[in-house]
Amino acid sequence: MNGDKVTKALLFVSSLIILLLSAGIVFSLAGGAIPVFKEYGLRFIISTAWNPTSGSEEYGALPFIAGTVITSILALVLCIPMAFSTSLFISEYYKGTRTAGILRSLVDLLAGIPSIVYGFWGFYALRPLLIRIGLTDQGFGVFTAGLVLAIMIVPYATSLSTEIISMVPAELREAAYSLGATHREVIFNVVIPSARSGIVASFILALGRALGETMAVTMLIGNANVIPKGLFAPGNTMASVIANQFGEADGLKMSALIAIGLLLFVITALVNAAGKMIIKRFA
Amino acid sequence: MTMAIELKDNIKRRNRNNGSFRYLIIAGAVVTVIPIFLIVSNLAAKGYRQINAAFFTQPAPDTFQAMMAASSGEVIPGGIANGLTGSLLMVLAASLLAIPLGLMTGIYLYENRTKRYAGIIRSITEILQGVPSIILGIIAYLWVVKNITRGYSAMAGSVALTIMMLPLIIRSTEETMMMIPVTIREAAFALGVPYYKMIFKILIPVSFSGLATGVLLALSRILGETAPLMLTALGSPAVSFDITKPVSAVPLLIWDFYNDPNMVDLVWSASLFLMVFVLSMNLLSRSIASKRKYI
Amino acid sequence: MSDTQNSEPVIKIQNLFIAYEPGRYAVNDVTADIKRNSITAIMGPSGCGKSTLLRALNRMHELYPNIETKGEILLDGQSIFPMSVIELRRKVGMVFQRPNPFPNMTIYENVVAGFNLNGIRLKKSQRDEIVENALRNVTLWDEVKEFLYRKGTFLSGGQQQRLCVARAIAFNPEVLLLDEPTSALDPIATSKIEDLLVELKKQYTIVLVTHNMSQAARISDDSMFMYLGELVETGRTDTLFTNPKDARTEAYLTGKFG
Repeated sequence: MNGDKVTKALLFVSSLIILLLSAGIVFSLAGGAIPVFKEYGLRFIISTAWNPTSGSEEYGALPFIAGTVITSILALVLCIPMAFSTSLFISEYYKGTRTAGILRSLVDLLAGIPSIVYGFWGFYALRPLLIRIGLTDQGFGVFTAGLVLAIMIVPYATSLSTEIISMVPAELREAAYSLGATHREVIFNVVIPSARSGIVASFILALGRALGETMAVTMLIGNANVIPKGLFAPGNTMASVIANQFGEADGLKMSALIAIGLLLFVITALVNAAGKMIIKRFA
Repeated sequence: MTMAIELKDNIKRRNRNNGSFRYLIIAGAVVTVIPIFLIVSNLAAKGYRQINAAFFTQPAPDTFQAMMAASSGEVIPGGIANGLTGSLLMVLAASLLAIPLGLMTGIYLYENRTKRYAGIIRSITEILQGVPSIILGIIAYLWVVKNITRGYSAMAGSVALTIMMLPLIIRSTEETMMMIPVTIREAAFALGVPYYKMIFKILIPVSFSGLATGVLLALSRILGETAPLMLTALGSPAVSFDITKPVSAVPLLIWDFYNDPNMVDLVWSASLFLMVFVLSMNLLSRSIASKRKYI
Repeated sequence: MSDTQNSEPVIKIQNLFIAYEPGRYAVNDVTADIKRNSITAIMGPSGCGKSTLLRALNRMHELYPNIETKGEILLDGQSIFPMSVIELRRKVGMVFQRPNPFPNMTIYENVVAGFNLNGIRLKKSQRDEIVENALRNVTLWDEVKEFLYRKGTFLSGGQQQRLCVARAIAFNPEVLLLDEPTSALDPIATSKIEDLLVELKKQYTIVLVTHNMSQAARISDDSMFMYLGELVETGRTDTLFTNPKDARTEAYLTGKFG
């Protein structure tokens, strides 16, 4: 009996550790960010300055917020047609076939490739291609980063959508067929409306993934600490600026970077929570 | 009747739309998988040259050696041994922390599923899973690099990796355990088995393959991580097992090589190796998952 | 009971074979006629092929990719196979075992779903008329007329099923196929549907698959008994039940197997 109590206590303690860990993360981030907010107040979030020279230091997070948001949304937009077609292929048109199984495995493989490998491949293989097509001059920029990011988040968008679409009951489809609908009409009038919230949630969660991506984006976005001027212009994201500049940072600059980390944490947590909430309400 | 006429007219159009939409979907699916063929073939073609015995046993060359070899078209001497040992060290340390902790928390959530506190922990775990890895790097920096080891270290890297592994292991543990038939637990209790014994001798062995799959997936996730290590382990040219000092890792080496144009060949090979390794772990965990007997 | 049918049968099934896998026939050489404005019941134990046969009548069986079909089915003298399947399903409607109103559509939209799905544009007044007629025909109008613009999921099982019948007859088909339409309903809802079908046969030809012999005895004019894919016996319901010619029919009717 005593053994039982000890075991139960041990299990409880480990859950407590998780709680403390998360609280610690929030506190550390907030604590590290305080200096820069004390210095600039909330202006930090909307300022576009970024000057680390001591004596005239000034920091602002807006370029990075803009870069993150623009790249991630672009990635989502590029990813949607790919993920959508793949989902429909697997769960509607070729449901249960070996081809669908192979496709599924291939898409899962995309999720297994490390981010740095994507960045590296994007740099050495994709960039020259884009330059050759003439889309961009030197290849660095929001578009290149967004394109690679889109490929990276396709597996996340696809797997959840596929599951949701397969869950639409066969009887609804049969009812539509029996009224004379073609397969396409069944998909648009019955399957998609039924699965709509699940599909939206899967895209929101994919967006959450894109927001936090670091390496691939760092290697392709051009690392210019300004708000991107155009689709093919260079920029920078919150995660990239931290990765690039944290190493030699201290004092106020480090606080600025930590503050950016805090902002990224909050944005990602909110987006993910929104996606999860939609799924819970749906299922 | 007008309805019949309208119907006849639009049947052809509807059938055409039906067919063309199908082709559109197939095209989209094909476009989606093209990148994976491109990436794998590019990496294989350009990376195989540097894969030799030295690749695995020797530390990374410095930039002069690489420049000499590149200019004479030879294979660059050296390899990624310092990265391999560093990755091994940090992953091992992270597993030692994350697996027991994750397992126990997962079991706690499974055993106390209905309590509100468990729900809170579960939500926190989900949020933790979504935190970008670079932020965990910041945290490990603040906690370990600044306060514990007073400098970059393998320990800091391990801490970041541990935090990354935890949510994955917790979730997979809870989900695996939920698939154990209730009757097995009931049988154990009916036999008067003490609680901790039930966990170790029944719960865990029965769900072992599921747990192993979860661990393997968590491992494959952290093996490819670079960002947090940039802020914590930093990298080192030497093969080292000192946990309080900076250490390299395979992804870190790729990043170092990437920044040096002489090392191009090595980058391809290192990337090829990393990709193959991570994908193999993925496949391994999937094959274990499909061979499961009970769950 | 003496509805003399002096017109051609609406549906003629001739030597029909249907196989899900090569060699295993779910429907094995069935030949039968379905008479106009009557209720024909198809009965038999589970797995006898009655659902497959029913679904062949509006070619819903083709939803299975590897299905093999041989033989002929004529609707008003025309083979249904070369016909456009969309046209066929306009003339032959279907109601399923579990009520399946579209959950993302209101009651009103469900009734005209057939038109919307087929891209047929109607004026609001035409649609209103169709909805009211169909709902009146299934005796649902008074119960739902104030809720037309709400989604149908709050209705009871029996009401949802009547809604599905309304949806099927909104098109004014010739034939209405029902696949065990009351097996998921309680006895009161069941008897309402049965009464409805007896009324509807004045306007439509009804083919009903049922595993409930007493239902077949209650409402059908003709019956078909199937066993292991074969059409064992067919004829007027009262004759079939009181004087079955085949030993297997008799065994089924007396409950020796089900």
